[in-house]
Amino acid sequence: MDFGFLVVQSLSGLASASSLFVIASGLTLVFGVTRIVNFAHGSFYMLGAYMTVTVVPWLLDFDRSPLLFFVGVLVSALVVGALGVVMEVLLLRRLYKVPELFQLLATFGVVLMVQDAVLWIWGPVEIPGPRAPGLRHGVEILGQRFPAYELFLICVGPAVLGLLWLLMHKTRFGILIRAATRDREMVGALGVNQALLFTGTLFLGAFLAGLGGALQIPRVSANSQMDLSIITEAFVVTVIGGMGSVPGAFLAAVLIGQLNAFGVLIFPKITLVLVFLLMAVVLVVKPWGLLGRPEAAAGRAALPEGILATPRFGMWEKVILGVVLAATLAVPLFGDAYTVKVATEVLIFALAAFSLNFLVGNGGIVSFGHAAYFGLGAYAAGLLVTRGGFAMEPALIAAPIAGAAFAALFGFFVVRLTGIYLAMLTLAFAQIAYAVCFQWVEVTGGDNGVVGVWPSGWARSREVFHYLVAACCILGIAALRHVIYAPFGATLRAARDSEQRADAIGVNVRMHRWLAFTLAGAAAGLAGGLYAFSKGSIDPTLLAIPMSIDFLAMLLLGGMQTVMGAVAGAAAFHTIKDFFMPLTDHWRFFLGASIIALVLIFPRGLSGAYGALRRRA
Amino acid sequence: MTLLAVEGLNKRFGGVVAAKDVSFALAAGEMLAIIGPNGAGKSTTFNMVGGQLAPSSGRVMLAGQDITGLPPRQVCKLGVGRTFQVAQTFLSMSVAGNVQMALTAHHGRTRDLVADAASLYRAEALALLAQVGMAEAADRPIGELAYGDVKRVELAIALAAAPKLLLMDEPTAGMAPRERAALMQLTAGIARGQGIGVLFTEHDMDAVFAHADRILVLVRGEVIAEGSPESVRANPEVQRVYLGQSGHKAALRARRAAHG
Repeated sequence: MDFGFLVVQSLSGLASASSLFVIASGLTLVFGVTRIVNFAHGSFYMLGAYMTVTVVPWLLDFDRSPLLFFVGVLVSALVVGALGVVMEVLLLRRLYKVPELFQLLATFGVVLMVQDAVLWIWGPVEIPGPRAPGLRHGVEILGQRFPAYELFLICVGPAVLGLLWLLMHKTRFGILIRAATRDREMVGALGVNQALLFTGTLFLGAFLAGLGGALQIPRVSANSQMDLSIITEAFVVTVIGGMGSVPGAFLAAVLIGQLNAFGVLIFPKITLVLVFLLMAVVLVVKPWGLLGRPEAAAGRAALPEGILATPRFGMWEKVILGVVLAATLAVPLFGDAYTVKVATEVLIFALAAFSLNFLVGNGGIVSFGHAAYFGLGAYAAGLLVTRGGFAMEPALIAAPIAGAAFAALFGFFVVRLTGIYLAMLTLAFAQIAYAVCFQWVEVTGGDNGVVGVWPSGWARSREVFHYLVAACCILGIAALRHVIYAPFGATLRAARDSEQRADAIGVNVRMHRWLAFTLAGAAAGLAGGLYAFSKGSIDPTLLAIPMSIDFLAMLLLGGMQTVMGAVAGAAAFHTIKDFFMPLTDHWRFFLGASIIALVLIFPRGLSGAYGALRRRA
Repeated sequence: MTLLAVEGLNKRFGGVVAAKDVSFALAAGEMLAIIGPNGAGKSTTFNMVGGQLAPSSGRVMLAGQDITGLPPRQVCKLGVGRTFQVAQTFLSMSVAGNVQMALTAHHGRTRDLVADAASLYRAEALALLAQVGMAEAADRPIGELAYGDVKRVELAIALAAAPKLLLMDEPTAGMAPRERAALMQLTAGIARGQGIGVLFTEHDMDAVFAHADRILVLVRGEVIAEGSPESVRANPEVQRVYLGQSGHKAALRARRAAHG
């Protein structure tokens, strides 16, 4: 490898870093001021790209000048900024007081809605963008050709950093942003117009995301998957840099750009993994990122968002339980094949969602990547059967073991963090697992996955398999429920309520959380294994972000304040999704809108409504 | 018998010396108050004993055992209970549930997957609550209690570990005057009755002079006086510090204490 090649490789790393920084700086600014981790930031990026492929060719029809190209880019970014204002006024304003998990879910609802809107407006085919006039040529650098547009991008990052620095230090608005990032309550107490500050910040954040998307257009075509792929990268950059820190985001973007540029030479298969590994290492060494600060301590203790009471089943609950169990067992006798299939899946998702609420509701460990353990269980079982030639029975034993093993491994790092950083790390680990399953084509079948994951002969009929799933899932849920009522479950709630007090009475909080993470991973792994056999196949969507979101939406719908809410949520969510999906091309739009509606008007979920009903009776 | 011996503790935060060569001893059943102006190093000293901070140098001995730099949960296991300046309780649990949780931890059963947490150690918890006069509130959610009552429950939580030593960081902060006296009386009674040593910091001079057996005065990280309430009150150095350097309020408090 000659020197010139390395320089060019490093330059192309810088160009990616530059674009990544422009996007991540917006995300980190918005987080700093509003304390909301905005999933929809990726949607703004995508919208910026689509706007540009629409506006710029139209402008270039008048005159193919570089000036008009950049006018088009700027106009697109401004339009996206305006959409950011709309989102702040219509949605975020109502979210500032709700728990962070709900905020994340609501902004993910926006992601789903924008995805469908983009498909509706621009169609499913990706749209190549025009190249920048005046920057189409290559430049000779140490004997290598390097695109001039990339050189231009390298300059954009530092320029944006410089402009942001000026904004943050020389204008009143910027100084307020910095003040709010440091201590939001204090800024409010000083009588600053918060609504204006927050709206302005969202404009700036969305503008930067839109600008990032617009500038990408000469390099990549606008497509409807770019939102989720960029948002995970942007999350990684902001988390590594320290959430709320713009210089930190710059540093992290440069690090990641270089890691990608050279990682692709050495480990071409696992570049995605490298990035997330870097994040895991940084967070373990510096839990608040490279240049981040610890969260300012909250003034007074608040009631945690999660399981608050662990009542016994009363008479009514016993009746409901009996009816549900009877219905579960009766489905194969009376239902058609389709109903049996749906009922089987409901049972599987109920176990997965219950295991997630064991972490989130009972332990206060907000995992954003629970699909990882579900999916790894499915892959363990599926690969053992198809590649290893094992039967279903040992594969179903291996599934929870795989889930537990990976949960133990990832959990070791996860439990060192709390709050939003913890959620981001669970997401990162899930993306590592996803990337491995996606990229390791020889073993996992890559994007297509593996087919032919069939149950053993005796369990091959839908009906028998349903009873097998029912036995596993009902026993699994009953066991986890028992643990919630046992001292271990109570200890997790105690550590969630007050880590300081738990520590002072002699509880090793990290160790207990790690055990809980492992246990939940085992249950999710079992659910995943069963799911693989019910589908007859495995593929990477089983451990992708939307699957994790589905599980969280089940908790949200069921109500995470109660022990059994997750089960009701899983049943309701899956049947509704199954019913609506074939009816409309825009189910994602409705799912997104429903998640937002749940967060805003129905935050206690089904079990909350049931509780209110019982109290009235 | 010496229960707690603190020998030559130092703590530096960068260039700031928060504690300088702090030494003192505490006997079983004795109440020792640490007082001093704001920023004197009270909390620093306190947190070095409780394990929240590791000292730069020096030793903390509990009943002859070196506990310097151990994390709080291990300090707790060796017989140190503590209450916090802002009460720390398990808000989702009932009053009894909080104490039962502390008992579960004390008996090392937090990893038990089988037993029923709601009934485990309930009788013992009720007995502890009776000691602090909170038995009637056993089944109320702790978030519903008045702050003074929460502090009592916190005392019961601390007692659940059958401690040899109680650490109380400003036990009466945020409480009404009448509640303060009652809580200090309760603490003193329990400590003397069960031979538990109590180390507490306090801003309320009434509480200090009424209930402490001995007082340790810290100023800018250094011990400037130590002794019985009478000798500390009469100490000219203490008077100078309190009247001369901490302003009007502290002077008023000290004078009120001296005449009260």
